[in-house]
Amino acid sequence: MNKVVSGADEAIRDITDGMTLMLGGFGLCGLPENCIAALVKKGVKHLTCISNNAGVDDFGIGLMLKQRQVKKMISSYVGENAEFERQLLSGELEVELIPQGTLATRCMAAGYGMPAIFTPAGIGTEVAEGKEVRNFNGKDYLMEMAFNADFAIVKAWKGDTMGNLVYRSTARNFNPVMAMAGKVTIAEVEELVQPGELDPDHIHTPGIYVHRIFKGSNYEKRIEHATVRSKQ
Amino acid sequence: MLDKQGIAKRIAKEIKDGYYVNLGIGIPTLVANYIPDTMDVVLQSENGLLGMGPFPFEGEEDPDTINAGKQTITMLPGSAIFDSAMSFGMIRAKKVNLTILGAMEVSENGDIANWKIPGKMVKGMGGAMDLVASAENIIVAMQHVNKAGESKLLPQCTLPLTGVHCVKKIVTELGVFDVLPEGGFRLIERAPGVSVEEIKQATAGKLIIEGDVPEIIL
Repeated sequence: MNKVVSGADEAIRDITDGMTLMLGGFGLCGLPENCIAALVKKGVKHLTCISNNAGVDDFGIGLMLKQRQVKKMISSYVGENAEFERQLLSGELEVELIPQGTLATRCMAAGYGMPAIFTPAGIGTEVAEGKEVRNFNGKDYLMEMAFNADFAIVKAWKGDTMGNLVYRSTARNFNPVMAMAGKVTIAEVEELVQPGELDPDHIHTPGIYVHRIFKGSNYEKRIEHATVRSKQ
Repeated sequence: MLDKQGIAKRIAKEIKDGYYVNLGIGIPTLVANYIPDTMDVVLQSENGLLGMGPFPFEGEEDPDTINAGKQTITMLPGSAIFDSAMSFGMIRAKKVNLTILGAMEVSENGDIANWKIPGKMVKGMGGAMDLVASAENIIVAMQHVNKAGESKLLPQCTLPLTGVHCVKKIVTELGVFDVLPEGGFRLIERAPGVSVEEIKQATAGKLIIEGDVPEIIL
């Protein structure tokens, strides 16, 4: 069960124009930086990207937006990216904004083999337009469908050659639920270890969900808002 | 009149011992500075953390450890990390006791708009729609009027909604308001030096004033 590939280029080799990709991360935290760089280099286009955010102008998915590789973004918050906002307001980019919990839970549903979920998020708003509403115990819920992604691309802290993954701190965010939701899931990790080196009790994503894994390099881990306090 | 710190300080008085609290971006983030040390309060950050601590000391920032506003933060002893689905699971399941967030508009029946200005600003709703749809205890922290001087406490919201019938309380630079289940903003406290008349002038929605309204004590 060895899932190791040589690097990002090999991992994304069969991603082609028009595919739907999930990309893990929250803001600039826990991004699959190596795969994003490889996608930019490869130049695949007309992509639908499911990711909580769209990066910033020169980092994360922002790099793919700049190259006009993205046809449609499905996100919950895109406020930090001027190029994104420009493409959206000019109509060049299709955007579906959905609540953050709905986004996460639609990924989770895919990974749990459930076709849809019911959530109260968006009831009475434009998010509810055209969607089925069901009432349970006197409260309205929207039916939201599980996501169907050709590839899920995630970043973990450690992984073993069988694809078992461990995340670190809040860089976990969307990565585990997206890892479960790809037809093909690619994981890039900071440390690649042998089977047995990770404690089975500490694994966040079981390797069955992961198809390709590689050790990433040169992580920039950019900080979006560095906030500090002074030592008194 | 209250400044931003004053609004945050007043909202902090709504927090009770033993609460799990979610703080939104902006003024709500400042509330954390005014929670008394004697209180046992756990802050939830919806990107996947319970037990958020203060900002790190300079040079100790960890890019893997941020809050929902993408600011570098620290974790307190007893913190827990989880994925985004579980994070909204605990919100949906009403495990979080209090949600404090900002708004562009609130209507007298408790509707809130805070994610979009059509044709002008499209940032997205982030976790706000999930929070307001499920939380039972929602306080809005905001300025009373917008940059054009128009009231943000309205009969009906004009901007696309984030959620309906959900806001329970509003704290602005002018006062504290309960949003009544039957509709209307009940003025319960005035900011220091602000008259009832000034608040009436700045409030477009139905304002309810009963008896003498005391000043906020910070």
